[in-house]
Amino acid sequence: MSELALTPSQTVGPYLSLGLTWPTGYLVVPEDAPGAITITGVVRDGTGAVVPDGMVETWQADAEGRFDHADDPRGASGSGFHGFGRSSTDAEGRYRIVTVKPGALGDGQAPHIDVSVFARGLLDRVVSRIYFPDEVEANAADPLLSSLPPERAATLVAEQVGPAELRWDVRLRGEGETVFLAV
Amino acid sequence: MTIHHPSTPEIAAYLRPPAGTHPPLDSPAYKSTGLRAPSQAPVVLRHRLTEITGPLLTGEIGPNDHDLTRQHAAPPIGERIIVSGRVLDSDGRGIPQTLVEVWQANACGRYAHSVDTYDAPLDPNFSGGGRVVTDSAGTYSFTTIKPGPYPWGNHHNAWRPSHIHFSVFGRSFTQRLVTQMYFPGDPLFPYDPIYNSVPDEKARQRMISSFDMENSVSDWALAYRFDIVLRGREQTPFEEPHE
Ligand SMILES: [Fe+3]
Repeated sequence: MSELALTPSQTVGPYLSLGLTWPTGYLVVPEDAPGAITITGVVRDGTGAVVPDGMVETWQADAEGRFDHADDPRGASGSGFHGFGRSSTDAEGRYRIVTVKPGALGDGQAPHIDVSVFARGLLDRVVSRIYFPDEVEANAADPLLSSLPPERAATLVAEQVGPAELRWDVRLRGEGETVFLAV
Repeated sequence: MTIHHPSTPEIAAYLRPPAGTHPPLDSPAYKSTGLRAPSQAPVVLRHRLTEITGPLLTGEIGPNDHDLTRQHAAPPIGERIIVSGRVLDSDGRGIPQTLVEVWQANACGRYAHSVDTYDAPLDPNFSGGGRVVTDSAGTYSFTTIKPGPYPWGNHHNAWRPSHIHFSVFGRSFTQRLVTQMYFPGDPLFPYDPIYNSVPDEKARQRMISSFDMENSVSDWALAYRFDIVLRGREQTPFEEPHE
């Protein structure tokens, strides 16, 4: 078997909005969809300054913990749920995604959303995860969260700030640095 | 604590990229990495369902999204080119129906972006953004103009080699890639910290497109070829340990 060598990553640079902005990218589901929640937060750099030229992307299962994807060994759900969100950060470093809370996958992991953050100054995306504050028991048993020191694990758990609104900030570097993942 | 998952599926993980392929996030020659690159090493995540699946996007493609020279009333100034290639995984399989997004400067090296203050003309006929979906063999093609090199504030007399930004998804979260396509023979390569952030020289050269006489169109456009190779999968699936 011949293996082709991989194409390297490069930064998105400061002008990513010319190619990667979609007006409705932040809508994983419509704002008025049943069970819709908003996840919002601020991306900050090593000095705590906001990152106004970044982009946050999310990928997740649907509310039942299924993916509409043929590579899921349980089979594609067929639901049409596309699971993907994309939000640029604004002048205040803020991103915003409207989605539904993903269901448990049934493999011992707590409900979670995979996240990629892109920005000028990041030569490759950084990857992280959002977990949910109302899943105390599942989070305690989650293989990733339980492998981290508590103060580090806490950077991956969103904060409930309203009936249907969660906050999850990204600290790229420095105090309270978010846990990033090699995938 | 014992967790038992009778329904745990078997999953073949994606291959981890060989050392030297991707740039280290902390690359001091590229100054902006200093405040943005995480200080702690990333935690290695085993690939599970969320990582081996990913957005299967074909996007909302407009009629001229594949032709950046036809997005305005008149054609843009510059050297018209056709850029094509395949999106593949490392096993050589084309990735069909996957979204490829591109963005670039105009022929003078100026981006149609409010943050770009380079004193070079904007072209009212060039926005510089495009998107295409690969065909059943993983092939994509778009028409544009060759972007110019541009100065940036990284260090004294810093210039970026001409490049087109590329964003691809593949089939899984794990395969997501944003990169830049360069042009063969650019004299700026030795001076560019972003190009040189890729440690392995052979890997670096894989970001350089090749001149493609075969796909050039007589009396119309020269062509360049750029294949994008994403990670393939491990041969053997594994099962989660049940304790
Ligand atoms: Fe650029």
